[in-house]
Amino acid sequence: MLGAVFLLLACQMAGEAVARVLALPVPGPVLGMVLLFVLLAARGAAMPAFRRDELGHLNGVSGTLLANFSLMFLPAGVGIIQQGHVLADNWLGLVVAIVVSSLVSLAVTGWVFLAVSRMLAR
Amino acid sequence: MNTLQTVRGGLGVVWVYLVPSPLLWLTVTVGAYALADRIAAALRRHPLANPLLMAIVMVAGLVVATGTPYADYFAGAQFVHVLLGPATVALAVPLWRSRKTVLRALIPLLAALVVGCVVSITSAVGIAWAFGAPRMVIASLAPKSVTTAISMGVAEAVGGNAALAATIVIITGIFGAIVGWPMLERLRVRDPAARGFAIGLAAHGMGTARCFQSDPMAGTFAGIAMGLNGMLTAFLVPVVLHLFGM
Repeated sequence: MLGAVFLLLACQMAGEAVARVLALPVPGPVLGMVLLFVLLAARGAAMPAFRRDELGHLNGVSGTLLANFSLMFLPAGVGIIQQGHVLADNWLGLVVAIVVSSLVSLAVTGWVFLAVSRMLAR
Repeated sequence: MNTLQTVRGGLGVVWVYLVPSPLLWLTVTVGAYALADRIAAALRRHPLANPLLMAIVMVAGLVVATGTPYADYFAGAQFVHVLLGPATVALAVPLWRSRKTVLRALIPLLAALVVGCVVSITSAVGIAWAFGAPRMVIASLAPKSVTTAISMGVAEAVGGNAALAATIVIITGIFGAIVGWPMLERLRVRDPAARGFAIGLAAHGMGTARCFQSDPMAGTFAGIAMGLNGMLTAFLVPVVLHLFGM
């Protein structure tokens, strides 16, 4: 299990390092996620030592973390108490942007998916 | 000293011990979420009864009522906050496990992902910009459709505010989870893969949870959309903000 925890932390650390060194405006953990995905895909050929039981541990640790994912947003979410004036000054623009942008994204994404599936089916 | 005074004195000692230690706000954070989650379960996971939103209201109320500075609250809550990083990395695991489903519908999926992601970011940024919102607000709004961990990281990386981004993401998720399914029904997007993908892209985990209630295939594609859109958004938000001259 510690191996799986180490793998997650090591991927995050590598992601943070790459983001800093290359001055990328992308969060380190996102790069860590990409790295872990690549490691999992390359596992068979490049990492024969990454055995089945270790993958099981990784599934377990990831499952536990993701099952409690929402809780982890609470500390940052409480920070909204420092943003009261920002919300008061910009609420109308924010509400219109959220509503309109959500409706348009839903429609466009669904339509493109359907249209391309039909084009390929022909 | 009578008993009452002893109890009062005891409570005072306990309070004096707890306030500077991180234990108090760490316990409150975990306890409030556990309570909010029970309330949400009792309300049959209605999208409006979002446990995170309820927990934020409870904890923020307590922090404000006790006159606690946010920095003091965070000194305790940071032990929960730190887990966000490894949990975000862990998103690669379910994504990797659904790789076969992704490969089967790869081309429509990638087309919908790229178009949907660009439309989602540019429309939100464009509207807020037209309303004259300051750059910090626009930067916090740009990643509104992706899972909170990624949106908070993206917002901070481009000059936004993590807490504002988290609030916007939760509101977007609640809205998309309520409106998405009936709206796509009316627009005749009835293929569960297409419908789930659209809802997952627009409303991240909350939309995904809503899809799983109706159709496992829609839920799976919503989860895939959430993961892929999170990654793509992290790379596209800086580009879109740059195009708007910000």
